[in-house]
Amino acid sequence: MKELLEGSRAVAEAVKLCKPGVISAYPITPQTHIVEELAQIVANAELDAQFVNVESEHSAASVVLGGEAAGVRSYTASSSQGLLLMGEVIFNIAGMRLPVVLTDANRSISAPINIWNDQQDSIALRDAGWIQLYAENNQESVDFHFIAYRLGEDKNIMLPVMVCMDGFILTHGLEVVDMPEQEKVDKFLPAYKPLYKLDTAEPMSLGLLAGPDYYMETRYAIQETMDKVLDMLPKISAEFKGVFGRDYKDLLVEEYMTKDAEKVIVAMGSVCGTIKEVIDEQRAKGKKVGLLKIISFRPFPYERVYEALKNVPKVAVLDKSVSLGAHAPIATEIKTAFCGKKKMPKVISSFVAGLGGRDITLESVREVLRRLNQREVCLDFIDLKPELLKEQYGE
Amino acid sequence: MKEIRIHARAGQGAITTAALLGYAYFLKGMYLYAFPHFGAARMGAPMNAFVRVDSKPVRLRSQIYEPDYVLIVDPTLLRGYNCFSGLKDNGVAIISGKADLELPKLKAKQKAFVVPANDIAMKTIGRPLGNTTLIGAFAAATGELDLNSVFEVVKKRFSGKALEGNLEAVKQGYDFIKNQPTAAPV
Repeated sequence: MKELLEGSRAVAEAVKLCKPGVISAYPITPQTHIVEELAQIVANAELDAQFVNVESEHSAASVVLGGEAAGVRSYTASSSQGLLLMGEVIFNIAGMRLPVVLTDANRSISAPINIWNDQQDSIALRDAGWIQLYAENNQESVDFHFIAYRLGEDKNIMLPVMVCMDGFILTHGLEVVDMPEQEKVDKFLPAYKPLYKLDTAEPMSLGLLAGPDYYMETRYAIQETMDKVLDMLPKISAEFKGVFGRDYKDLLVEEYMTKDAEKVIVAMGSVCGTIKEVIDEQRAKGKKVGLLKIISFRPFPYERVYEALKNVPKVAVLDKSVSLGAHAPIATEIKTAFCGKKKMPKVISSFVAGLGGRDITLESVREVLRRLNQREVCLDFIDLKPELLKEQYGE
Repeated sequence: MKEIRIHARAGQGAITTAALLGYAYFLKGMYLYAFPHFGAARMGAPMNAFVRVDSKPVRLRSQIYEPDYVLIVDPTLLRGYNCFSGLKDNGVAIISGKADLELPKLKAKQKAFVVPANDIAMKTIGRPLGNTTLIGAFAAATGELDLNSVFEVVKKRFSGKALEGNLEAVKQGYDFIKNQPTAAPV
């Protein structure tokens, strides 16, 4: 049914439909209405789950690790510093092959303190062994949670999934969302049957010491599974379409007006909506421009990106995070997609925008297209204020 | 596409106002994106809420710089901010304030209505929260929403005594504009 919902509220309803048995969260900033709403849902007995309020995000992540290890579908949400505080456990959850689902309300990282949106927090955890899916709008934010559990809990995958939705822009934004009925979700997402679990009747251990003789193979195994995820996502997308009617194609990327495009912008998350507006505006003027939206950042769909961009003359990659001292995170991946390939764009320019909540306007996107010319640029910051860079300590 | 920008201080109910306005449009079968932007993230700090409305799903995620309509919940914001910045040439501003409130000179086709929303709210709700009065005034001044659809939305949001008070506040805000000689939307 179509409803007007705040993003956080919509995701809380979606998580309820997934019927997790354990939810744990640190309830203080940086946090969202998602877990506030879920606490209410559990208190109202609308969901039979144990809601564990804890004293830190490290503990929240530990509780969902424990819940999942005991064979129970588990959920948590965090953001910014909170996600980083979870970091140590985040790696453990992946290493133990526990299919936890976590919503990250994408926000910037301190210092300086900044509560606003960019994608630095989840990007900082890109190497943890989690699948990362990025939503453009709140319908995707909702739908990706069903997909996350379905994918992560698959016996051939058994990996945790982070659903990334832009903080404030999506979490605090009200949009019309089609909330599915419980029967449809149940059909798409069967009850969780863990491959293994902590059980006093059949004791086993998880996350033990693995010395030099064993450790490398555990990493290799996750890497191998990530390749399988690239094959699974299109299949799950087809299943999803069959049940819910919405078509996310291969669920790896979305191509928007790319077929004959001379210039394509690559981006991720809610900014893709703003970019689509500019694409339509430029197309109306006869300019051949397009957008390649990255949905799955981990695993990264290199082959799919290659197919989408191999005949495009000029590509602009727009990052909303940085890897200080190196190329921007998405740009690095896009360039890698062409290593050792015969065809590639003449120009792959890299732009950074929207850090710490700086608004990305239609004009910001037009500026990206203007700066995308014959001369390749790297880490070109959009809407930077040069006057602020001149300020020095003591003046 | 129509764009509404709300100026308020954190804690004055601007997000609720945006949500109520948004819901009224939703009931008309429109798509919308309503969202806040916080300044200092402290109660009392200036903040904005926005509503962007269209007949198709709204994709644009930026803040609103050229609004069709401006709602100013707290007139003290006029001192430090240009709340009319970017207001369309035929734009309408609805301001909560007293009759003697000084306004900057507006363009020929722009309209500004000062509504004693807090006084009305004190009488109807018992608290100086003029948001629903402003929504009633918005409906009358812009012709975007009919009074009954605003009532529907208020009924969905409030119950009991708060519902009665807010329904009356909406009506008085609506009537205040309708009773002004220049009120009819062009």
